[in-house]
Amino acid sequence: MEKENNKDLMLKKENKENEKIISMELIISKALNIGVTTSAIIILIGLLMLIITGKSGYPTGYYPTSPGEILKGFFSLKSYAIIFTGLLLLILTPVFRVAVSIITFLYEKDYLYAGISTLVFIILIISFILGKVE
Amino acid sequence: MVLTSLEILAFSFIAGFFGALLGLGGGIIVIPALTLLLGVDIKYAIGASIVSVIATSSGAAVAYVRDKITNLRIGMFLEIATTTGAITGAYIAGLISPKYLYIIFGIVLLYSAFAMLRKGHEELPQNVVSHPLAKKLKLEGSYFDKVLNKEVKYKVAGVYSGFGTMYVAGVLSGLLGIGSGIFKVMAMDLFMKLPMKVSTATSNFMIGVTAAASAGVYLMRGYIDPKIAGPVALGVLLGAMLGTKVMEKLKNTTIRKIFIPVLAYISIQMLIKGLGV
Repeated sequence: MEKENNKDLMLKKENKENEKIISMELIISKALNIGVTTSAIIILIGLLMLIITGKSGYPTGYYPTSPGEILKGFFSLKSYAIIFTGLLLLILTPVFRVAVSIITFLYEKDYLYAGISTLVFIILIISFILGKVE
Repeated sequence: MVLTSLEILAFSFIAGFFGALLGLGGGIIVIPALTLLLGVDIKYAIGASIVSVIATSSGAAVAYVRDKITNLRIGMFLEIATTTGAITGAYIAGLISPKYLYIIFGIVLLYSAFAMLRKGHEELPQNVVSHPLAKKLKLEGSYFDKVLNKEVKYKVAGVYSGFGTMYVAGVLSGLLGIGSGIFKVMAMDLFMKLPMKVSTATSNFMIGVTAAASAGVYLMRGYIDPKIAGPVALGVLLGAMLGTKVMEKLKNTTIRKIFIPVLAYISIQMLIKGLGV
């Protein structure tokens, strides 16, 4: 009888752990879905504006290349800048994914993987900075 | 303008579909289609292909992460190797002639195509003994296979060789701008002996992270042309989402059967480039 109880307890514990992991995966997936859908909608709007008006909002052959310029163009409803805003959001989703993983691993008290994810995040930022300097 | 956008949308959809299915970024479809069919400058084609990699990765990850096919631990652990490799690659770019690299990696990939062909009939990896480090790092996992209709538990071998190959994969993508997905899937399949679906889904997860850093740089250098990259992103996202639905319903052996010819094609292409034929 006692043995059975123990077994039950262990099963319960295991289930609880599984639930935790599942919820973590659901959180990451949902966050990703929101990011991806939003960026797709923004890109589509920008693209439709470009096709309908035929105007990019910038001189021919020029387009904004810095986040500040893109945001400025976005608010003045320039079609190129709107597409770029969507693209920028899309480019940020993997970075965001790593950031969310750090938090969820921490939440799971999995410090080893919270550390590994943080390391990946730091390397990403370093490579970004190195590329910018080059 | 409308026609060009629709054309880009169409082949990007195909790129996203196969990218999600095989764990690749879709560059092998996007780059030639843009340069050869539409006469786009290679610079902008590469910029668009980086966007395609991220779109495939994020589009596919929504389903693969939710359905636990992606092994987040393996992905994150190996990502250390890939990202540092990419930085190394960018730095040694001037020191090594790409010619020899194309030849060496062409041969390596061609060999691995044969190695994968030999285990072509295996639906799930058999008799795998977990590497001690795999246990320590909690890399082993399980996923629900919709075809076999059961939970598949798997072990993880070759942690060192997998990690090493990922570093090389990172160097390659930093150096030659290619091989982001193909090397990862190959290493996870041959060395770490993961089920094929787990390999492609985890590769899909990883390629986006690696590409994100370079994408920012490409954007600031003006290599990303919105009227090209915009439709590429949309097409790839839609294709990738459909690809994930189909992938989960395919057998592991079927996915491998589609992967091997692609692997052989890329390796021959690399050899041709290296030999300058």
